Amino acid sequence: MALFQISEPGESPAPHERRSAIGIDLGTTNSLVATVRSGTAAVLADEQGRSLLPSVVRYLPDGRTEVGFLAQAHQTADPRNTIVSVKRFMGRGLKDVAHAENTPYDFVDEPGMVRLRTVAGVKSPVEVSAEILRVLRARAEASLGIADGESLYGAVITVPAYFDDAQRQATKDAGRLAGLNVMRLLNEPTAAAIAYGLDNGSEGIYAVYDLGGGTFDLSILRLSKGLFEVIATSGDAALGGDDFDQRILCWIIEEAGLGPLDPRDMRLLLVKAREAKEYLTYHAEAPLAARLSTGEWFELTLTSEKFSEITAHLVQKTLGPTRGALRAAGLNVEDVKGVVMVGGATRMPQIQRAVADLFRRDPLNNLDPDKVVALGAAMQANVLAGNRAQGEDWLLLDVIPLSLGVETMGGLVERIVPRNSTIPVARAQEFTTFKDGQTGMSFHVVQGERELVADCRSLARFELTGIPPMAAGAARVRVAYQVDADGLLSVSATETSTGARASVAVKPSYGLTDGEIERMLRDSFEHARDDMHARALAEHRVEGERLLVALSAALDADGALLEAPERAALDGQVALLETALAGHDARAIRQATDALNRASETFAGRRMDAGVRRALAGHNIRSLEL
Amino acid sequence: MSITLTQAAANHVQSYISKRGKGIGLRLGVRTTGCSGLAYKLEFADAAHPEDLEFETNGVRVLVDPKSLPYLNGTELDYAREGLNEGFKFRNPNVKDECGCGESFNV
Repeated sequence: MALFQISEPGESPAPHERRSAIGIDLGTTNSLVATVRSGTAAVLADEQGRSLLPSVVRYLPDGRTEVGFLAQAHQTADPRNTIVSVKRFMGRGLKDVAHAENTPYDFVDEPGMVRLRTVAGVKSPVEVSAEILRVLRARAEASLGIADGESLYGAVITVPAYFDDAQRQATKDAGRLAGLNVMRLLNEPTAAAIAYGLDNGSEGIYAVYDLGGGTFDLSILRLSKGLFEVIATSGDAALGGDDFDQRILCWIIEEAGLGPLDPRDMRLLLVKAREAKEYLTYHAEAPLAARLSTGEWFELTLTSEKFSEITAHLVQKTLGPTRGALRAAGLNVEDVKGVVMVGGATRMPQIQRAVADLFRRDPLNNLDPDKVVALGAAMQANVLAGNRAQGEDWLLLDVIPLSLGVETMGGLVERIVPRNSTIPVARAQEFTTFKDGQTGMSFHVVQGERELVADCRSLARFELTGIPPMAAGAARVRVAYQVDADGLLSVSATETSTGARASVAVKPSYGLTDGEIERMLRDSFEHARDDMHARALAEHRVEGERLLVALSAALDADGALLEAPERAALDGQVALLETALAGHDARAIRQATDALNRASETFAGRRMDAGVRRALAGHNIRSLEL
Repeated sequence: MSITLTQAAANHVQSYISKRGKGIGLRLGVRTTGCSGLAYKLEFADAAHPEDLEFETNGVRVLVDPKSLPYLNGTELDYAREGLNEGFKFRNPNVKDECGCGESFNV
């Protein structure tokens, strides 16, 4: 006998045509699946009533796999074949995997994505993720009463906002491999905002503070007319609830004066630490007691104040990126209308307080922070499956993680599309020729925040030819950057007088990991001063070279206007500038350029007079229409 | 003539309506389709139509169009769990046979 759900008015499905859609939060530590039933999003639990599925997969010698709690239980006994936190390897090469040496895995370096050698063969992170998704799919099918021969209509899987194209593609592939119709990948912060119903007429800026087991992500969203834009993201890829457990563990060791511990005792203490952390969410103090394998017994009490004190620096570490994201978006805390809390670690009272203090408002926390992303994904899936009520529709926009620019003379970067611009976006700028009679231009498209091309990432090169010969600086070349909704960049250059045009298409995010993005950003802050000097040097060089080119052309044409001693003096200054240009002293170049400019003033004056005389020769004053 | 909701069904309906944020009650109906002839309609009701018949059961307003009522008269709507699955269940005394899955039926 069938079980029915309540549909929206006029939307009752025909028999066997229910469009069951699910939302999946494929997390680093835990994964969840949710669906919308009778108009309400709910997380689906397993037979034991557990919502969370540990994102752990264990490969057995006979080819079978264990997923979730069962696999987690074998994590220490069979570390090499038990894959945890596979999300960190999705779409990454071996060189991108941070601290590969600290993991127990037998990595196989393969082009594109790293592989893991297990007892059941070499597995890609996509296959490992697919195992997790398969379990969630089976849970969803059982929960939704999907009979054999029928299938789920589709799924929405969430990804961190900073995931690049390769990581997103890998996630999509894992979904397909698990037999899911992946209707869309959804940014985790956007999913959280949807779960809080912020799509229903909410307008303004919202922050999503997501502190998970091992990662911290902060996103700034702009909502307007049902439109979600992720306008800035930042975070810390190595900060999460686990670090708080670690702090308690260290505190226990110090307080109880414990000596070196074997791995089993370490794990025992870590479990105790986590229990204490969770207990302190609702209590003022937590008892801590255990007997170690050495027979040692300890009994401690951790107070809420002490816990706040020993983890204060961890809380502070989340506030830096939070302020950074606001700055990057050009916003103040007053501009933020609400803060959404995501991730189990945000239950800690000190986190709630710190966030409330920073934003001067209480964060939104009435939904379970572990479930909020999955719930939002389910709601989005429901809409995409066509089960929406009238007027319910969402458009989701994304941002460019690093600025896109073009190389200019002197190896400098001219930024065309600044970082955190929402896509789709189109920007254009005009450039000109450097030399007289220049008929071609070579373009180098780069990505990054640094001032010098050498420090940025090269994306593409192309050439524009067919510029009519003109004086230097007379040609007008319009360079247009366009990034479409899928993140595909196309660059075109057009010479405006002739319409000569050249273009190239690139995928700016391809192969760029969040670690790389992070490093490039960090570098740009750390090297801000060096970059400023480098830019000054390059600019002065270009200026000096431009002067030499112009002067040499002028001397070729009108050298006769100078007396021999004058010419010799000018040549002397030219030699000085040439020497300065060969060096790296920006000030020397500047001075030599200025000196040559002054020295050539007389010559420039005479050329102008000669030019005027030539132009006026044979005209009388009345024929000149001034 | 009557249509009723069990207490469990009524509780779920009320909770769903409050989470949905709007709606005056539940609309039940039948339409011709499916492998065995008729299929149920189970929807949120945002407005009553002039011809609707209304039943109040365990605090929930149930609307039924007059053409559907003969097929549904005496039905009790329950809320049930079967394994991991859960949802509303029609106990309809008019049903003579139904397709294997119970999504469509004959009277």
